[in-house]
Amino acid sequence: MTQQIDGSQARRSGLNDYDKAVETYEPVLGLETHIELDTRTKMFCGCSTTFGAEPNTQTCPVCLALPGALPVANKAAIEATIKIGLALNCHIAEWTRFARKNYFYPDMPKNFQTSQYEEPLCENGYVDVVVDGKEYRVEIERVHLEEDTGKTLHVGGATGRIHGATESLVDYNRAGIPLVEIVTKPVPGTGALAPEVAKAYTAELRDIVRSLGVSDVRMEQGSLRCDVNLSLNLPGEEWGTRTETKNVNSLRSVERAVRYEVRRQSALLDAGERIFQETRHFQETTGETRAGRSKEEATDYRYFPEPDLAVMEPSREWVEELRATLPELPRKRRERLQAEWSLGDKEMQSVVNADAVDLIQATVDAGTTPSGAVKWWLGELSRRANESGEELAALAITPKQVAELQGMVDDGRLNDKLARQVIDGVLAGEGDPADVAAKRGLEVVSDTGALEVAVEEAIAANPAVADKIRGGTHAAAGVLIGAVMKATKGQADAGTVRKIILDKLS
Amino acid sequence: MSTISREEVAHLARLARLEVTDDELDAFAGQLDVILESMKTLAEVNTDGVQPTSHAVPLVNVFREDQPQPSLPRDAVLAGAPDTAEDRFRVPRILDEEA
Amino acid sequence: MSRIIDKTAAELAADIREGRLTSVEVTTAFLDRIDAVDGTLNAFLHVDREGALATAAEVDAAVAAGQELGPLAGVPIAVKDVVVTKGLPTTAASKMLEGWIPPYDATITERLKAAKMPILGKTNMDEFAMGSSTEYSAFGKTLNPWDNGRIPGGSGGGSASAVAAKMAPLAIGTDTGGSIRQPGAVTGTFGAKPTYGSNSRYGLIAFSSSLDTPGPVSRNALDGALLHEVISGYDPRDSTAIDAPVPPVVAAAKAGATGDLSGVKLGIVKEFAEGTDAAEPGVIAAYEAGVEQLVKLGAEIVEVSCPSFTYALPTYYLIAPSEASSNLARYDGVRYGLRSGDDGERGLEEVMSLTREAGFGPEVKRRIILGTYALSAGYVDAFYGKAQLVRTLIKQDFEKAFEQVDAIISPTTPFIAFKFGERTGDPYQMYLADLYTIPTNLYGGPGVSVPVGLSEGMPVGLQVMGPVMGDDITYRVAAALESTQETLLADTAPEIEGK
Ligand SMILES: [Mg+2]
Ligand SMILES: [Zn+2]
Repeated sequence: MTQQIDGSQARRSGLNDYDKAVETYEPVLGLETHIELDTRTKMFCGCSTTFGAEPNTQTCPVCLALPGALPVANKAAIEATIKIGLALNCHIAEWTRFARKNYFYPDMPKNFQTSQYEEPLCENGYVDVVVDGKEYRVEIERVHLEEDTGKTLHVGGATGRIHGATESLVDYNRAGIPLVEIVTKPVPGTGALAPEVAKAYTAELRDIVRSLGVSDVRMEQGSLRCDVNLSLNLPGEEWGTRTETKNVNSLRSVERAVRYEVRRQSALLDAGERIFQETRHFQETTGETRAGRSKEEATDYRYFPEPDLAVMEPSREWVEELRATLPELPRKRRERLQAEWSLGDKEMQSVVNADAVDLIQATVDAGTTPSGAVKWWLGELSRRANESGEELAALAITPKQVAELQGMVDDGRLNDKLARQVIDGVLAGEGDPADVAAKRGLEVVSDTGALEVAVEEAIAANPAVADKIRGGTHAAAGVLIGAVMKATKGQADAGTVRKIILDKLS
Repeated sequence: MSTISREEVAHLARLARLEVTDDELDAFAGQLDVILESMKTLAEVNTDGVQPTSHAVPLVNVFREDQPQPSLPRDAVLAGAPDTAEDRFRVPRILDEEA
Repeated sequence: MSRIIDKTAAELAADIREGRLTSVEVTTAFLDRIDAVDGTLNAFLHVDREGALATAAEVDAAVAAGQELGPLAGVPIAVKDVVVTKGLPTTAASKMLEGWIPPYDATITERLKAAKMPILGKTNMDEFAMGSSTEYSAFGKTLNPWDNGRIPGGSGGGSASAVAAKMAPLAIGTDTGGSIRQPGAVTGTFGAKPTYGSNSRYGLIAFSSSLDTPGPVSRNALDGALLHEVISGYDPRDSTAIDAPVPPVVAAAKAGATGDLSGVKLGIVKEFAEGTDAAEPGVIAAYEAGVEQLVKLGAEIVEVSCPSFTYALPTYYLIAPSEASSNLARYDGVRYGLRSGDDGERGLEEVMSLTREAGFGPEVKRRIILGTYALSAGYVDAFYGKAQLVRTLIKQDFEKAFEQVDAIISPTTPFIAFKFGERTGDPYQMYLADLYTIPTNLYGGPGVSVPVGLSEGMPVGLQVMGPVMGDDITYRVAAALESTQETLLADTAPEIEGK
């Protein structure tokens, strides 16, 4: 294992307690997000972009950079980028062009990336996000279009990681897929909420792009990737030196990466050390960031305008046509749904924070009440996601299954306690709620004959309580209900049991 | 005496991934002056208010429809490769940098 | 003149179409000529006898079946090794690509195949088209058929030598700073750089993307025009291609051959004339004799001023190496071509560097370093950016001139074919060879070189430059000049000793 120089520095200085760190320092955030578009073909050639194809089967002279091959830009990708720009309140350039970013890397066939430099397609926008009831405006510096790289497999190392690998294997299927890069301006003023703001921004961006239908934005497939910039400064002083943490690939990771850098940098600053402007890498397993390429070598990308492509002049008519196709954006949609679901601001905020808007809507669409859907996703299911450290959407239960579960509760076939056991089964892959209930024998006992016997037994075992009820103290029925529930292993419907008890003792 | 140092040429060679010999370093250092001379000559030219020219005919908005075209057969893709494994291009281990 | 190889492409095409010769006979004659003299000249890097004869046989079958055929069907052609040919080795005369067999065809190759022109083989050149003498080929220099001690021009010395020595009636060249016209001038052949964008660059191994232009090499203007019309036209695979009809160059060449240039105004660039000390007196004499002939044909000579041409060479030497350094980054030993130094121990970066050190020759390395420097931190605006602005001034000079004249003429090159080794020591001396040709590349308009006479027994070329998409006028003037000559210069070349 290569010992990273300032990894050991961080260890020596340790990590500060987060709350203490943000008492002393003010964080300034910056986010660079790459989103793969789901056009049918690549950015500059006609190769298909289908995910998961056999290695090197979706490649051609252009995306392999064979001698002589030339690029032609995909119109759909340009339209998608303009739409993203419009949804992010950006100005769409009247004149823009591609540029070559020159650096050698084996997953990049031309050894330059066709990207954009001083003239991005979209500039100067913003996204508003709400965290803890407070609105933060995240300003967008630029939205530009570029191409993705191939995928490299590191072979021979113990963990498939680059360190210790003896060789690498490259698959160029992904090389040339259109990639939109969205860069924020520095975001000061978030204080202790920096991790939450970073996460909320990323979630909002994802939802916006998804609503536009230009990318499915599957973070687990790498179609949204974040770089997190962070610096710290003392109040009233100039902004500090920032680090750039690469490949932060889930909402939870965005939050963790920010939190980690705040703790790490503040410890260094406390120890009187300086922060290097460097690239770091997020470690999914440990939640740490680690130093990347040697920091002393400044990269020199030798950008210049791409001579193989024509300049672009998006006409205002075209831009307006695209604006007219924009769907209801997430913020508007959330306002509409909040009203439809009759939720208070706090409650809706919880739904958003839990990243449950789509899940709840899908559950409602599957035929259950909004309150039922909200109850499960924000309650039991959120608790379980937290326990296992997963995203809510990654739980092995579908909105349709949740709707079915709530339907069984509404029908009196399950009570909440049984329903939780049914969830165990669904999450364990035992099937839909009805199957699980049947297999595990979890349905509410609705056979009144059996319940009457159980009530008789409870009365016989608790004569004093029975007398109290007979005397008019109906509240005492709870003891008998409890006994019946125990006898039926919780599968009785409490309401029905109560009714039988009161009938018998009145 | 050239105006560009051997060290500078060595840096350029590294950027360009060229392993150059000491003799080449000296030769290139001298020849880079051609570029400096060119720059000096052009620096004298007044280009205020002039738009750049990249092509004979100014072309704008040259796009392709998003229609898939056949890719190359994989055999043809890998046929010219110096080394392959598992249907991929094999390269030596990547040092110094983290993916 | 009874031999098949002495006939022009137009004559051969007619003979084949009308059944006087078969394409197999014609193709065989040129293949045999290659066998006889290319051991001496080394114009070809690869000869495809089998493939050429197969296409020829197809043409003969089609003629026998009475099928309609294209204007050059059955006429064989040599292709500069910078043009990608599916299934045929394509090296750009570099060790980097030795043994590479492309899995696809360049658009030009597709068009030659569609036109049923047998491809004789691939011609030698300066590595990656960088040079003016073909001395920078990784596979040995090509000799000038007129004097085997002299260079055949470059980068397309192989194509020019092949046509001059009658190993091929036609060839494909590419021109970034003069690589079709300058070899044409020094070998007594015709060469045309069409309007940039009127010929697809798809499948052309890139040197300088904003300048590279493929075009015809032939013995006379009409043959060049016939080939020009076969290969030209819009290609959606090249984003810099012009979507407009191909100028009627064949009709123009035929019109020029009548020897009438009355009403045609030809410009002479004042700044070129003032800088004649760069050119050899013999070259100037031959060129001026040619100008007199043009005047006799009715052309009016007008002096035009193009002050920015002075900056053409430095502009070119900022743009071309910059683009080249980036275009040549793909040769890294990963996907195709050479890999060197992979001993199982070395890391990728070192192997890439060793590969590029072993695979590239000195001129290519020099230009990569120049370009890397010109693009590196902080310089791109001062170098590449400034050069693009000066390019605009050069373009404006041309445009202003073409308000006054129909075409501009000049010598093609300041000197006759120089002796091997004479200019390799000082790159700047080599770069001067392109003094007159480079402005046209920067502007993007067409330029042709037509033989105008001899100096010291070696051919001299006259260049005709036209406005963007005005290729036809350049052919008309060139054909008119040819009409004043008793025989084509190419037909007066000394016989070559076989080896
Ligand atoms: Mg990027
Ligand atoms: Zn492709």
